[in-house]
Amino acid sequence: MAHADQKLAIFRGLLKFKSNVQKIWGVLIFLSLVTTVEVALGIIKPASLMEMFMGMKLLNWIFIILTIVKAYYIAWDFMHIRDEKGSLKGSIVLPLVILIPYLAIILLFEGDYIFEVMNSGFVSWNF
Amino acid sequence: MEVATTNPNEETNVWGGGNKPLNASYGKMMMWFFIVSDALTFSGFLVSYGFSRFKNIDSWPIADEVFNHFPFLHGVDAPMYYVALMTFILIFSSVTMVLAVDAGHHMQKAKVTFYMLLTIIGGAIFVGSQAWEWKNFIKGEYGALETRGGQILQFVNGDTGKRVALEAFAADIPTSRDTHQSSNGIWFVDETTLPTYTVEEIKKGFSSNENLLIRSEKIDETGHKTVLSREASLAKINDAVAVVEGANLIHNEYGNRLFADFFFFITGFHGFHVLSGVVINIIIFFNVIMGTYERRGHYEMVEKVGLYWHFVDLVWVFVFTFFYLV
Repeated sequence: MAHADQKLAIFRGLLKFKSNVQKIWGVLIFLSLVTTVEVALGIIKPASLMEMFMGMKLLNWIFIILTIVKAYYIAWDFMHIRDEKGSLKGSIVLPLVILIPYLAIILLFEGDYIFEVMNSGFVSWNF
Repeated sequence: MEVATTNPNEETNVWGGGNKPLNASYGKMMMWFFIVSDALTFSGFLVSYGFSRFKNIDSWPIADEVFNHFPFLHGVDAPMYYVALMTFILIFSSVTMVLAVDAGHHMQKAKVTFYMLLTIIGGAIFVGSQAWEWKNFIKGEYGALETRGGQILQFVNGDTGKRVALEAFAADIPTSRDTHQSSNGIWFVDETTLPTYTVEEIKKGFSSNENLLIRSEKIDETGHKTVLSREASLAKINDAVAVVEGANLIHNEYGNRLFADFFFFITGFHGFHVLSGVVINIIIFFNVIMGTYERRGHYEMVEKVGLYWHFVDLVWVFVFTFFYLV
């Protein structure tokens, strides 16, 4: 990858940097900000975010979304996926984006089902 | 069809075997595909953690109570600050790695050397921090009892609601029980170190301390562990069969055994990645110093180990979320 054709804008062009080094520091600031928000939310645990939404607390959904945001910027700017060809991008990202949620959904549903069976069965697990 | 070129290195048609399909060199592309497969391994680990957690959703240990240590702050409840610090250290070492890659693109040997060194130091600090985290986890803090069904019974002060350590109330009953060693006692029977107290000592101490209550594994609607009444506690303590101090792969004073197993496997697997990343970085660091890449004319090797290093950071972001936050 030649350094001449690096894309220097993040947030869909909202934020443009003059050099690659500047962009790296910009992304670091953004990642630190997101991590700080996560830790603050984790310590405060606002009561309004404790409601259940699609089988999980709202707060946990926020954590997961923020994590994926962080993962996106690490992969796109630190690992330079942004500058790779579309075909390489796709062959790296697509298998993960398809397989991981697939596995996660199946196993989490199964775990929830087993919990229900153990919880409503006649066998005591607390002895 | 006429032959486009006689020199295979100048083949430009990708489907015709051009030397850079997807516009990435062989090594870089293979590093990417290794990362994809490694990411699937890690997601297998994390998803099975999620499975076990959903299966025990009403009794899973609360991470904030387990990981609440901070160096030099003894007895202070500091949930998450330490892992947050570790996260920052790893993200920062990721940044120095990117800066090294960028300096490599500009063929600035001195800068690459400096940033590689910073990256190695950051990685070493992270591995050290994780070792400290493991030490605290293995050593344990309060100690607990384990019932025949594998449930953990912890102790709280009924007046303050604070956790109470075993040594604060255990009665002293003289016993002659020694640790079995394969060299004496029953032939070839060995056992690990005995807990500091016996179940009988804990039971006696518990019944003579009126304000002690048992905290069970069950989580109530507010997300806290259920504390039993004094009568229920006195009945429950008779189920106990073993004293647990700290955590290993078989017993775990923090709650469900699987929690400790997954902690050791996931953070251990990740820590091993960081360790090997540091070793690879050191090798590349010395190659940079010796001018290997200067002679080669490009610093692509730094870029390739950089990819691996960022991946390790990327995985930590997920481990941090699923182990400490969620």
